[in-house]
Amino acid sequence: MTASPGAVPDAVLSIEGLSVRLPAGADRDRALADVSLSLAANEILCVVGESGSGKSIMANAIMRLLPDRVTIDSGRVMFEGRDLAAASPAEMRKLRGASIAMIFQEPMTALNPLRTIGDQIGEMLSVHTHLARGEINARVQALLADVHIPDPERAAKAYPHELSGGQRQRAMIAMALALDPKVLIADEPTTALDVTTQAQILKLIRELQQRRKTAVLFITHDFGVVAEIADRVVVMQHGVVVEQGPAQSILADPQHAYTRQLIAAVPPLTAPPPRALSDEIILDLSNVSKTYRSGGFLGRGARVTAAVKNVSLVLPRGATLGIVGESGSGKSTLARCIVRLIDPDSGSILLQGRDWAGLRRAELRRETRHIQMVFQDPFASLNPRRKAADLVAQGPIIHGTPRAQALADARDLFALVGLDPSAADRFPHEFSGGQRQRIGLARALALKPAVLIADEPVSALDVSVQAQVLKLLVDLRERLGLSIIFITHDLRVAAQICDRVVVMKDGMVVEHGATADVFGNPWHSYTKALLNSIPGGHFARGREGIPS
Amino acid sequence: MDAIKRYVRSPAAVLGLVLLLGIIAMAISAGHVYPRDPLALAGRPLIWPFSNPRFLLGTDNSGRDIAAQIFYGARISLLIGGAATLIAIAIGILVGALAGFYGGWVDTVLMRITEAFQTLPNFVLLLVLVAVFGSTLTTVTIAVGVVSWPAPARLTRAEFLSLRNREFVQAGRTLGMKDAQLILGEILPNALPPVIVYASVVMAVAILLESALAFLRLSDPNVASWGNLIGLGRDVLRVQWYVSAIPGIAILVTVLAVSLVGQGLNDALNPRLRGR
Repeated sequence: MTASPGAVPDAVLSIEGLSVRLPAGADRDRALADVSLSLAANEILCVVGESGSGKSIMANAIMRLLPDRVTIDSGRVMFEGRDLAAASPAEMRKLRGASIAMIFQEPMTALNPLRTIGDQIGEMLSVHTHLARGEINARVQALLADVHIPDPERAAKAYPHELSGGQRQRAMIAMALALDPKVLIADEPTTALDVTTQAQILKLIRELQQRRKTAVLFITHDFGVVAEIADRVVVMQHGVVVEQGPAQSILADPQHAYTRQLIAAVPPLTAPPPRALSDEIILDLSNVSKTYRSGGFLGRGARVTAAVKNVSLVLPRGATLGIVGESGSGKSTLARCIVRLIDPDSGSILLQGRDWAGLRRAELRRETRHIQMVFQDPFASLNPRRKAADLVAQGPIIHGTPRAQALADARDLFALVGLDPSAADRFPHEFSGGQRQRIGLARALALKPAVLIADEPVSALDVSVQAQVLKLLVDLRERLGLSIIFITHDLRVAAQICDRVVVMKDGMVVEHGATADVFGNPWHSYTKALLNSIPGGHFARGREGIPS
Repeated sequence: MDAIKRYVRSPAAVLGLVLLLGIIAMAISAGHVYPRDPLALAGRPLIWPFSNPRFLLGTDNSGRDIAAQIFYGARISLLIGGAATLIAIAIGILVGALAGFYGGWVDTVLMRITEAFQTLPNFVLLLVLVAVFGSTLTTVTIAVGVVSWPAPARLTRAEFLSLRNREFVQAGRTLGMKDAQLILGEILPNALPPVIVYASVVMAVAILLESALAFLRLSDPNVASWGNLIGLGRDVLRVQWYVSAIPGIAILVTVLAVSLVGQGLNDALNPRLRGR
């Protein structure tokens, strides 16, 4: 065999010149173009790339699980002396799960909701081996203990919805490792998880890999995760491998411009120098609570969930207040209470001295222009059937600006958020994710609000786009004197933009203070846990912030 | 437009459209091709089709030209089908949108009413309405519309339920939109495509309902409709079967055309569902 780029000695799996063709009408001809890499035994190889880089298609091509009309064009996938690209479906079925196993991003959809965890893991064994029922049960228990699920016996009897996200992912890993595969392909296995859970799962994958000497192909978009777990790294862009090498050298000394750009886009954990904050309080929340009641008949058996409990916080004029927390911490409910998408049960929300929580519906509709929201998902938050200019002009038109005037203003706003004003006549689906989020921002700013609530505004975006949108937000804050409440689960992002930070857990504020203090010197154990869980923490801390 | 391009790519959809346009052409040209009253006596009764060049499709048991009745009947079928569909879809969207958007007791009340309508076989309900209000063309059309709304209402409600909590609707709320603006401007345009597709099913059923009513001689006897002709042919069904069969074929072709167009619209408007 000739030495192809990325070849390593004693490779378990090697991909040689693999090309995958996309159906006509896709945004490019080939999902993968001439990709070569090899995976050695006992190593974790991270494949890094942004959305559309072809990294998931590569995993599916190895498993020969490509979508309809997406076909392997040329190249070989060598595994145990065989070319998987040319293997028969029957051979592949024998291989999948037994020799090459896979774990996915969302364990809830990868598990069958109608069967117990133990049953599903046991199925792997009964399909591929001839073990007796009792032996299978014993192996399932051992596997669940291996992935450190608390109380394996009960977990085996549980249905997927009865476990937490992290436990489900542990169960998926147990299932993948059931037959001691030589290769484990992990496709963004921690992306859907909270940061503390992510840290635990990464540690588990590392531990199991070392114990079993499995070769792991780990697909991720996050260079923090790479810094945490990778032995070697492959960087992909538009279906092409742009750079590969040992993790240390790629992280410390990236050669390709794209790699450098990706690493530079990872937000560092160091807070920018503190800004002087105004003494004037523009938004003042005190004792805001919201409780959900669900199910139950006439009060019996009802479940009561306190989503937000007695939250008090203040936002100085011109400041940016970060609300950080994991899923279920109540941060999004709080944001929706502030804009009154949800009515809080109790407490007061004073906006420029006026109680916002007590406004009636009709008053609220008039006053809503003072407080605007940017939503998380740029694909879902814009009505697909309206043109971009319409979307931006909608707010002012509702509040009485003549239509022609509002549309003219919309074009100015387009320029303000860094979009081409001539693109204003296009529909949302003709824009990229980052551009759509700019439209969402322009839309919120069209009403000239005093306070902007940004609910995870960059979470759905690729890292490089994320950095651009954050920079835009910082820039607009300076120019327009915006007061912002910035909600995020990502502490790295919060560190970039926030003057003050509030940490929420189970609906309560557990810590608040200036960003530098909270991140540099946290006192609450939960804040410490959050900070320690940031993937590649040492890597993120050692770098400088985005030059603003 | 993409949707039009996708539509013309499907041969079945194009066939449906051609058939439907043919039927519409018949309805429009009826007055020119057969200037005389189609219900007036034209010749000897029960002439077989193709035996007399004056009456291409023969005559019925009263000696009226069948071809003329087919042409004029196309007007009635399309009129009843179209108007009844409009009525059914309008009521359906109104009920479904309010129930889906507001939820809670509004939803409960409206859906119980919908269920009450659905549990009654709609043909029986139609018979009752026609028996009570008489059988003129207008009452028949309205009655057919009134018995056909529950299914579109449920469909609209389901669309509204899934759309009302979407972020773009919440975004509309934070901009200060009124409920009417949210329903009409934001949610309805996104909820419409499946309802439009379903309208073709409603139309096909409406045409069949009217024909069934006419077959029982309960439709308006003063207009030339396909159903009336089938009803007349019932008396001579064993020997002169063509009196019933010819309008039967006309109904079959019309319903087929409307269904094919509906299916084509479905594929064109929801391209992601194709191939399932």
